[in-house]
Amino acid sequence: MRHLLSTEQLSREHAIQILDTAQEMSAVGEREIKKLPALRGRTVVNLFFEDSTRTRISFEAAAKRLSADVINFSAKGSSVSKGESLKDTAQTLEAMSADAVVIRHWASGAPARLANSGWIDAAVINAGDGTHAHPTQALLDAFTMRAHWAKLSGTPSVGADLTGMRVMIVGDVLHSRVARSNVWLLRTLGAHVTLVAPPTLLPVGVEHWPCEVSYDLDATLDSGVDAVMMLRVQAERMNASFFPSTREYARLWGFDDARLARLDALNLKDTIIMHPGPMNRGLEISSAAADSHRSTVLAQVRNGVSVRMAALYLLLSGEMRSEKTPAVAAQPSPSLPSVKDPS
Amino acid sequence: MNTSSEATGDVQSTSAPAVVSRVVLSAADIDRALTRIAYEILEANKGSQDLLLLGIPRRGYPLAQRLAAKLAASDPSVDPGAIVGQLDVTMFRDDLAQHPTRAPQPTELPASGIDGKTIVLVDDVLYSGRTIRAALDALVDLGRPRAVRLAVLVDRGHRELPIRADHVGKNLPTSSSEKVRVRLSEIDGGAAANDEVVIEAGA
Repeated sequence: MRHLLSTEQLSREHAIQILDTAQEMSAVGEREIKKLPALRGRTVVNLFFEDSTRTRISFEAAAKRLSADVINFSAKGSSVSKGESLKDTAQTLEAMSADAVVIRHWASGAPARLANSGWIDAAVINAGDGTHAHPTQALLDAFTMRAHWAKLSGTPSVGADLTGMRVMIVGDVLHSRVARSNVWLLRTLGAHVTLVAPPTLLPVGVEHWPCEVSYDLDATLDSGVDAVMMLRVQAERMNASFFPSTREYARLWGFDDARLARLDALNLKDTIIMHPGPMNRGLEISSAAADSHRSTVLAQVRNGVSVRMAALYLLLSGEMRSEKTPAVAAQPSPSLPSVKDPS
Repeated sequence: MNTSSEATGDVQSTSAPAVVSRVVLSAADIDRALTRIAYEILEANKGSQDLLLLGIPRRGYPLAQRLAAKLAASDPSVDPGAIVGQLDVTMFRDDLAQHPTRAPQPTELPASGIDGKTIVLVDDVLYSGRTIRAALDALVDLGRPRAVRLAVLVDRGHRELPIRADHVGKNLPTSSSEKVRVRLSEIDGGAAANDEVVIEAGA
């Protein structure tokens, strides 16, 4: 694994490795000294061409907890507004010897371009590109679900996947990179995903995705669900009339107080409500649902730091370098674990 | 570090004819060495007061548990479950950039915490000393022990840092091309159900 660009190509083995590493990273957040020296002397650049609060702060906290140096870059107030291209911006960063570039871009595919064009040598982590992918968000959602799922079955979460979990992703699937990344990752981890959205907010070709599609939130709730993920209605991308009015949307596809009560009525006492944030309270999720004990919104933010620490650690130590210098790294064979490591 | 012991078995059975290996410690030898180390620890600490054993994953942890059981056998006031912990040093290693990524193991400290305690670090093989350096760094981030001591089952020499073990099961003069394998039933189970320490000639 050299870059983290999407969850579609992520193998089950790699996904579980990231989640297991994140599990150990989360223990660091509870210690008195919340810092590990693993990435000391490495430089991580946060390259944000699009607004973000939690993803950028989360990546920054993750890199700092691993002792990396962090450079924050946002397109606003930079030379990008003078017309600098992505290539030139990237090569500027390369000249400052960045080891990893965390990129969020409004254009789908910008991180893949950065990773595969040969412009830079650094590891690229996709922090959300257009309507394409947001892999670390999907990983932190899976981490949150796995912790919940393991707690329910009373088994340790390390090494586990999400086999048998029923997940509903509700709302603006058309514009949502979070939904796309989650569909692929949850499929890999063995969960059963149902997308629920108005027909206008489903992308062309959704029938080929590894999931079910429904237009009726209440019917899907009635059939039983273990996690409900509400997606944000992305007002900034609503450039056409996708639904008649926000009130109608909230009534048909929002997780309101009535549906919260319905979960209790259906005896689904262990169903969790997730939201990637930022929430439009009263539109896709009611305040009562967002603040209920079922809500994992804040746990997701907390887990985000652990998952991003894991991603940075796995990309920047060992394995990543092994592709550049195969002769050196291939020697201490990991298939002989009982050998005392020579260093 | 995550490779299963089955994989180890496969590798050894296919490559076994080429490798000359010699058993240097049998299960009984390991047990006797641990018994002696347990008494040495009690003697050096003048009792079991404020004593904690921290094993370094993976094979240091079962060794620490065995030592704790032996301490409890000779001193009934010791609760073996309450004085053993596991200290993961993966993130503190100085070779993270060169080696394939290791999966970090959990760090579990005894409920009493480590402040003001005498810590005995326990590992299977002492070689370059770099693991112990990483462990010392990891300890600093967790608290301030009163003293830190080191117990190892095998000291094979070739130190690269000024580190010395306080309690050694066996000193094994080795060439650096040789490999020292420690097999413990808790971890290597299955085919290698018997504890043993083996030296394999280098390729």
